[in-house]
Amino acid sequence: MLTLEELVCERDGRELFAPVSIDVRAGDYVELTGANGAGKSTLLRTLAGLHSRYSGAFDSVDCLFQGHRLGLDGLLTPLENFAWFVGLEGRDADRERFLDALQRTGVLNKAYQPCSEMSAGQQRRVAMARWLLSSRSLWLLDEPLTALDASAQQVIAQIIVEHCQAGGAVVCATHSELPVAQKRLLKLEATQRTPDGSVHSGYRDFAKVQDE
Amino acid sequence: MLSASFKRLWHKLGSPRWFFALTESWVKVAGWSALVLLVWGTIWGLGFAPADYQQGNSFRIMYVHVPAAMLAQSLYIGMGVAGFIGLVWRMKLTDVAISACLPLGMVITALALFSGSVWGRPTWGSWWEWDGRTVSTLVLFFLYVGIYALREAIADQELRARASALIAMVGTINIPIIKYSVEWWNTLHQPASFGLTQKPAMPSEMWLPLLVMVLGFYAFAGFVVLVRMRTEILNREMGARWVRDWVQARSER
Amino acid sequence: MSSLLRREWQVALRAKGAIINPVAFLLLSTTLFVIAAPDTVSSDAAAGILWTLVLLTQLLALDAMYRRDFDSGVLEQTLVSAQVPFVAVLTRIFMQWLSTGFIMVAVGPALGILLGLPAEATPAIALAMLLGTPALSLLGSIGASVTVGFSRGGVILALLVMPLFLPTLIFGAGLVAAAEAGSSVMPQVYALSLISLVALAIAPFATLAGLKISLEMQ
Repeated sequence: MLTLEELVCERDGRELFAPVSIDVRAGDYVELTGANGAGKSTLLRTLAGLHSRYSGAFDSVDCLFQGHRLGLDGLLTPLENFAWFVGLEGRDADRERFLDALQRTGVLNKAYQPCSEMSAGQQRRVAMARWLLSSRSLWLLDEPLTALDASAQQVIAQIIVEHCQAGGAVVCATHSELPVAQKRLLKLEATQRTPDGSVHSGYRDFAKVQDE
Repeated sequence: MLSASFKRLWHKLGSPRWFFALTESWVKVAGWSALVLLVWGTIWGLGFAPADYQQGNSFRIMYVHVPAAMLAQSLYIGMGVAGFIGLVWRMKLTDVAISACLPLGMVITALALFSGSVWGRPTWGSWWEWDGRTVSTLVLFFLYVGIYALREAIADQELRARASALIAMVGTINIPIIKYSVEWWNTLHQPASFGLTQKPAMPSEMWLPLLVMVLGFYAFAGFVVLVRMRTEILNREMGARWVRDWVQARSER
Repeated sequence: MSSLLRREWQVALRAKGAIINPVAFLLLSTTLFVIAAPDTVSSDAAAGILWTLVLLTQLLALDAMYRRDFDSGVLEQTLVSAQVPFVAVLTRIFMQWLSTGFIMVAVGPALGILLGLPAEATPAIALAMLLGTPALSLLGSIGASVTVGFSRGGVILALLVMPLFLPTLIFGAGLVAAAEAGSSVMPQVYALSLISLVALAIAPFATLAGLKISLEMQ
C-alpha cells in the first residue's frame, strides 16, 4: 500500500532525518513519533504529495490526509462539508452515512451548525467523522489527538483499529501513544549538526505487538 | 553524432561543477570583447558618426538607449526561458541564471528609462513623455520588480526558484501582448511626432556604430551574468570538495 | 464538479461581503475621484478612470481569492483528495469572476453614468466588462496563487499582476472611447477576447503550480 525507499525529506536544502525505508501493508498501523521538528509533519505531507523536496522514492496509493489544519470550511455545516469532500473523491452525497459518521464521533447534534460556531474539539470530531466517509484505504494523520479529550482519543483509537481490520492502513504522527494494540513504531530523529561539523541522524523502526 | 555531443554539452551545462569549469574561459572572452566593443562603439557613435539632420547631436544618446532597451527585454526573456528549462529538465542551474539576470536586468532597464528621458528632453522639451517606447520600458521595469519582490518574500531556495520560474514564464508570454497593446495605444494617443525609432532610414554610418554598441552591451551582459553565476555557484556549493580545491588553487597562485 | 460549485455557492451566500465590499469600494473611489477632480466628469478621461478603478477593485478582491481555503486547510484537502485538482481551480476562478468580474457588467455602466459618460455608451461599457474581466480574474488568479502564503502579499500581488492587466485596460478603455466617438468597436472586441482566451489557456495551469508552491511553504 505504501513503500518508502531511502526517503529523506528536505527543507532549506537540509536533510531532515536519516533515509527511511519501510513497507506498509494492509492492516498496518504505523505510529510516527519523534521530537518536535524531527520532520514528522513534513514526512506525512511528502507522502500526501504536498511537499516535493526529498530524495529517495516512495510509492503509495491514493490517501486520505489529515493535517494540522482541519480542512473544514467554517461557513459550512458538517453535512455540507462532507458533501463537498465526497464530491472531491468523485462520489455522491449520502445524508444517512453522514449522520451515522457524526454520531460515531459524538457530534450528531452539530450536524446543522456552521463549523465556525463549534469549539476546537468539536471541529476535530467533525474532521474525524469525515475519515469514515472516505473511500481511500491509506490514512495519513498528523497529530489527530490535538485538542481532544480522553473519550475522543478512545474513539480515534477504535476508528483506527476498525479501519485497519477492514483492510486499510494508517500512518499516524503523534506525541502521545494511541491505545492501539498492534502497532509498528517509527521514530524519527532530527538530523543534528555538532559544532565540529559531523552529522548525526537516525530513525528507529520496531514492530511492537502487545499481548492483551 | 551531433546530437550525442549536444546531449553531453547539455548535461555538462546542468552540473554546477562542469558549468564552472566550462565557463572559465568564456568569462574572459566576454569581458574583453565587451570592453573592446563598448569603447569602440562609444567613440565611434559619440565622436565620429554623422549628426542627425533633425535632432543634431542629441540623438547620440540612442547609442546607449537602444542597446539598453534591447538588452533589458532580452534579459527578461532569458529569465523566462531559463525558468522553462528549469521546469522541464529540472536543472538547478537555471535558478542561478535567473538570480544573475535579475539585478542586471533591473539596472539596464533603469538605464534605458533614464537614457530615453535624456533623449526626450531636447526632442520633446520635457523630461518625460508617455509614448509607446517609454511605457513599454516602464512596464518591463515593473515586471522585473515583481520578480524581485517575489524572491525577497520566499525564504526557501527551491520554492523561490519554482515561483520565480513560474512568474518569469508568465511574464515572458505576456510581453508580446503588452508590447502590441502599448503600440496600439500609442498610435491612438500620440501625435505622429518624430519617434525614437530610426530603423530603416538610417544610413550605415549611423547604424554601424549602433550595431557595435549592441554587441558590446550583450557581451557585457554575458560577462556580468557569467561572473554572477560563477560566484553564486561557489556560494551554493560551498561545502563541496571541488570548491575548496579551486579556492585553494587560486590562493596559492 | 457540481459539488464544487455547490460549495462555492453556499460560501458566496454566507459571505456576501466578498461581493458587496468591492462594489462599495468602487463606488467610494469613484466618489473620491469626482470630488478631487470634478472636471473629469463627462470628459474624455472618464472611460479611462472607470476602467482604472475597476482594475484596482479587482486587485482588492484578488487578495482574498484563495486565502480562506488556504488558511482553513480546504486547499490542501483539495489538492490531496480531488480526482482532478485542475477542475477545482477552474471552479474557483469561475466563481471569482462571477462575483467580482461579471458583476461589473451591471455596475460598470452605472458608474459610467456617474462619471458623466453618455447613456449611448452604456452597452459598450457592459460589453467591455464582459469581454475584459475574465482576463483580469484569470491572470489575477496566477498572482493570487503564488502570494496567498505571504503575510503582506497584497502589494506583491499588485506588482505581479498590474503589468498583466495592462492590455485589458488599454483595449477596455479603448472600446468605450471608440463607442463614445461613434467608431467601430470591433478591433477592441477582438483584442479583448483574444487576451481573455490566452489568459484562459495559461492561467489554470499556472495557478495550480502556484498553489502547490504556496502549500509547500505552509
